[in-house]
Amino acid sequence: MASVTRDLGIAMTPAPPPVRRQKRSHPVWRWVILLVAGVYFLLPLYAALRFAGISAFGGVFTTPGFGSSLWLSVKLAAVTWVITMLLMIPTTVYIHLRLPQLRRLLEGITILPIVIPPVVLIIGVLQVMPLALRSSVWLLAIEYVVLAMPFAYRALDAGLRAIDVKTLTEASGSLGAGWITTLWRVILPNLSTGLLSATILIVALVLGEFTMASLDLQQTFPVWIVLFDQTNAQISVAASIFALVVTWLVLMLITVLSSRRSRRSGGAEVTLFSVAPRETIGN
Amino acid sequence: MATNELAGDKATADTAPAAGLAGQGAREGTSVSLRSLTRAFGATRALDEMSLDIEPGELVALLGPSGCGKTTALRIVAGFEFADSGEVLVDGRDVSGVAANKRDMGMVFQSYSLFPNMSALDNVGFGLRMRGIGTAGRRKQAAELLDMVGLAPQARQFPHQLSGGQQQRVALARALAIQPRVLLLDEPLSALDAKVRLQLREQIRTLQQRLGTTTLFVTHDQEEALSMSDRVGVMRSGKLEQVATPDELYSRPATAFVAEFVGTMNRLPGELTDGGRAVSVIGVTVPVQAGGPDSGAVDALVRPENLTVTPSETGDGIVTVRTFLGAVTRLTVRLSGDTEVVVDVATTAAAEMTPGTAVQVGLPQSPVLVAARES
Amino acid sequence: MTADTTDTVTTPEPVSGSGVRRFRSPLRAAPAPVRHLARYAGVAPFLAYIAVFLIVPLVAIVVGAFQTADGSFTWSNLDVALHGVYLQGYEQSLEVSAITSIIPGIFGLLIAYAIFTARGRAATWLRQVVITASGVFANFGGVPLAFLFIASFGSSALVTGWLSNIGLNIYGWGFSLYTMSGISLVYMYFQIPLMVLIILPALEGLRPAWREAAQNLGAGSWQFWRFVGGPVLLPSFMSCLILLFGSALAAYATAEALTSGTIPLTSIQIGTFLNGNVQAGQENVGQALSLGMVVIIAVMMVFYVLFQRRSAKWLR
Repeated sequence: MASVTRDLGIAMTPAPPPVRRQKRSHPVWRWVILLVAGVYFLLPLYAALRFAGISAFGGVFTTPGFGSSLWLSVKLAAVTWVITMLLMIPTTVYIHLRLPQLRRLLEGITILPIVIPPVVLIIGVLQVMPLALRSSVWLLAIEYVVLAMPFAYRALDAGLRAIDVKTLTEASGSLGAGWITTLWRVILPNLSTGLLSATILIVALVLGEFTMASLDLQQTFPVWIVLFDQTNAQISVAASIFALVVTWLVLMLITVLSSRRSRRSGGAEVTLFSVAPRETIGN
Repeated sequence: MATNELAGDKATADTAPAAGLAGQGAREGTSVSLRSLTRAFGATRALDEMSLDIEPGELVALLGPSGCGKTTALRIVAGFEFADSGEVLVDGRDVSGVAANKRDMGMVFQSYSLFPNMSALDNVGFGLRMRGIGTAGRRKQAAELLDMVGLAPQARQFPHQLSGGQQQRVALARALAIQPRVLLLDEPLSALDAKVRLQLREQIRTLQQRLGTTTLFVTHDQEEALSMSDRVGVMRSGKLEQVATPDELYSRPATAFVAEFVGTMNRLPGELTDGGRAVSVIGVTVPVQAGGPDSGAVDALVRPENLTVTPSETGDGIVTVRTFLGAVTRLTVRLSGDTEVVVDVATTAAAEMTPGTAVQVGLPQSPVLVAARES
Repeated sequence: MTADTTDTVTTPEPVSGSGVRRFRSPLRAAPAPVRHLARYAGVAPFLAYIAVFLIVPLVAIVVGAFQTADGSFTWSNLDVALHGVYLQGYEQSLEVSAITSIIPGIFGLLIAYAIFTARGRAATWLRQVVITASGVFANFGGVPLAFLFIASFGSSALVTGWLSNIGLNIYGWGFSLYTMSGISLVYMYFQIPLMVLIILPALEGLRPAWREAAQNLGAGSWQFWRFVGGPVLLPSFMSCLILLFGSALAAYATAEALTSGTIPLTSIQIGTFLNGNVQAGQENVGQALSLGMVVIIAVMMVFYVLFQRRSAKWLR
């Protein structure tokens, strides 16, 4: 069908030069705003870099307490992540599948950690917890789970909604899979972007959480930055910039990975910050 | 309920048109011309020198598969997109340089275009407000229009309280409120249920004819296009393949694409004879409609309802599928040589032609369209 | 287990949907009330965790706010909390929170809108960068920010120097990084990105069809925003402002890092009750202060929910 193929072929000829184009508005204001914002945010960074000096960066790694506090924070982040995932994944999936009427309640509960500021929470916690817990550093991990819970829930909830977990589960069941198989092979793989989001939010939260850690007298990384040596501000500044840059790189990496993944699978893009925290916890 | 939705419909269609719009039917309509519109996105041409003239008061539908450029053309007319070259003339004047909000055209979008923070009444009155009409006058005119589309009781309701069909009717009223020179409809019925779609189709057409507004209507549903329009333009890959009345499009398609896109079409291998003026197909020789190839291997394009089928012991066909379509039954018949042909017969006549019955398929002696054979 | 693939509807409670295989529950044979309760077993661990590690501390605070050191009921904690330096703390906190929610609210909206409407090849890159940057700054915490600002806006720091070189002696005007004005400045640093993040979904809910329909009906840019865009965005904007307010009110780390607990902000004052020197008879004032803060935020959340409901209806 020569004529048909000719008609069907997409014209590969270059577009003709524009004869006359309507003037499209190019608002200047957009770039003004972004420029002002850019200056406002980059200026302190630049000034801080100048202030600290390159040598201070080297100094950061050798300062006593850097390694141990960073390691503590990393451990706390890991433990928090494990507990949060173990707690939230089954709960959220269960609610979606069996108890959709409780979703409202869940959303209400996830507002609680936002209504209760961390400084208030730590006061209450230190009041009621038994001594054994109070003196342990893992109390922080336990409470970090509470702080992370709203974000984890939102990330997982968004992910589950995007994949219509009810239908998937029923399809899986109709094909003969048991519930563990379904959870492991069907639900979790499809939740990967949501899980990724939640993970990174947890990591950022724990690595940056100062309030509860300092009041609980634990030497986590942020606490160390502030308290270790009040006299050498340059080291403190360098450490801060280091922490900031590392977080930025990790977040960018995750964003790129998750958008590439969702593009491949064609799934709804759960962008990293579509589950933005309703409130900054670490501040 | 769908049936209750348009409960006021018949009544309002018969009453005298609203005072403000009474004059419109008598007003001279507006002509619209698209001249050689071209629009490319990178290497693909969404529109390829597309030209179309719309007469005053006409409803022209642009019909085609998705990606053929029909929506792009409409949006260029509306002013939301710009052609790389070519122009849009309204009443002879080039409006290509005119901003979208100054073109005085009414547009109905595919869905969810009602302003969510305003009631139906305020939505309809919005265009009037932009034209500086005072509150009282606005309310009155908007109420009349809502009445015209049968939604007077819903005037105070908000879009999220209305069904899809109701929303589109409000959208229609809103577009008509400004008494536009041209009415543009971008697949307004695609997002609606089948039953609602049918009712709304009628209503749009009735209103359009009563008001005499020149209308450009984009759709991928050929039934919609054929039933509503004065003329239909079939598009493919940015070009218009044929612009004709629905009748002509159906019975005298200009190209194979149009023939197969509009309605169902059989493609039967045939041999050209008589110097290309006749074709031998399924054992019958019939004249050839002008415009196709006159040599080489061809397929004849025949509509199911133009074939005849009768039960016959000596027939060379066997019924393989029988589909009940209401008044008509569609039979798929396999002929010798493994050609399959689809024939529509009246259901009463099809009673005895169950799958497995031997039948004879016949082709009357009217010209058929031929196209180069697809291998 | 037998491979009984024709089994249907095995949940404890009979549910419609024949032919669909549900998962077997071991409680199929149990009596009805047990089965009914058992449905909630799936969320029990979660609820228990929240109860123990969130609700109980909260209750302890509420109760403790009305107790003296030996456990008897008293109003004195509240009394102290609502007067004198603590009242000042509340006032300052509310003031700072208001300033650092409204101004960042507006700027955040503008920035979000700027990246949202950007077109062209640089646009996606721009969005990605701004969103990630916002995430970093909003998420990371006040500590590094505090130090960044010490390094740039401290009394002998770079930016301060630059500004005085061009004649703007900000310290001469009473600005100090270690007072309210400085705190506010630093707060904005994480409030603006937070606003960008939380207002973006609302912007994404603004359908282009509305803009086009408005244009088609004759509205210019300004008219669109005045009659459609603005009103539709308003509930979302308000709920974002409320979140910003709560965020500023609860902020602790930034102020602590900058001032080591010397300024009258409620969150800082609460902190002193844990590790600072506590006056006799005032041991539980910290809890009363906490209660006050929780009440304020709870009231704001009521409004938040109301605004959210409205915007959810419109920005479907």
